[in-house]
Amino acid sequence: MNVWMDDEAGPVVRPYALTRGRTRPSGETFDLIALVSAVREGGSGPEQEAILRAAQSPISVADLAVELDLPVGVVQVILGDMRDHGLISVTSQVGSRPSERILKEVINGLRAL
Amino acid sequence: MDSGLSEDPVALKILIAGGFGVGKTTLVGSISEIKPLKTEEVLSDRGIGVDDLDGVEGKTTTTVAMDFGRITIRDGLVVYLFGTPGQERFWFMWDELSYGALGAVVIADTRRLTDCFPSIDYFEQRGTPFVVAVNCFDGVPSHSIEDVKIALDLEDHVPVLMCDVRRRASAKEVMITLVEHSLRTLTTAL
Ligand SMILES: Nc1nc2c(ncn2[C@@H]2O[C@H](COP(=O)(O)OP(=O)(O)O)[C@@H](O)[C@H]2O)c(=O)[nH]1
Ligand SMILES: [Mg+2]
Repeated sequence: MNVWMDDEAGPVVRPYALTRGRTRPSGETFDLIALVSAVREGGSGPEQEAILRAAQSPISVADLAVELDLPVGVVQVILGDMRDHGLISVTSQVGSRPSERILKEVINGLRAL
Repeated sequence: MDSGLSEDPVALKILIAGGFGVGKTTLVGSISEIKPLKTEEVLSDRGIGVDDLDGVEGKTTTTVAMDFGRITIRDGLVVYLFGTPGQERFWFMWDELSYGALGAVVIADTRRLTDCFPSIDYFEQRGTPFVVAVNCFDGVPSHSIEDVKIALDLEDHVPVLMCDVRRRASAKEVMITLVEHSLRTLTTAL
């Protein structure tokens, strides 16, 4: 094993076969906490079908990757294709500041855990 | 609490950083339902600036597990936690993760404080609000908070606290300290 690999590095795989070698989605990329919603049926292939089923109500990109058991980068590329075909809609407030009210709500929510 | 208005769901992200074996996975697991999230690193070019892998067959990637946890504050308000490996070779993931992040927890172990230097440098440069949580492995803090602040050369406003990441109450305190710090940063920056 390479000296710079540690326990956190898993087996060597080639998941990019699913994306025909692409490592970036077409168009703007998706944040890990962007929320994906299914828009219509008609996914091509088992991965797209699985995404549409999981995204019946809004689900984060990270949760989708866990659900499909695929690396995040692969899911992002598949989502790009699905967005191009109008199968999903994606919303993200990443980049806009959360309001003071929301943060206070988070603090109170954490206290109540 | 239902205002009657249907608001857009809000998703926030918090990063958990620090050297290998410092307690990142333990912290995320103490406070949330933890799931392993796969990310991948392209070995042939270390994943930096790669747009396309021409000829997938020839290139290999390795799966890197990242800790991923979710805390549901209420319907429509969720905090996502991402535990990221601290080594510099994972910075390609950090850039994506830290964009728009509410803040970061840097976990430190006083027996090898230097391990958290890269994380601290990174968040200072990105302007991401962060706190330093000193994981007391032996139960008894061996250094004072002041010692740690000096050793890490931290700015005065950066909160430093002792914790035992195995304990939920302690993990909660760390998260609350961070969000309070982010709130202060947010309101003073306005
Ligand atoms: N004694 C003790 N062990 C701890 C503490 N925090 C974590 N550990 C252990 O240290 C090891 C590494 O922790 P882990 O969360 O996997 O570290 P990571 O590499 O940062 O994710 C695990 O075996 C933990 O059970 C602590 O506060 N006290
Ligand atoms: Mg870990």
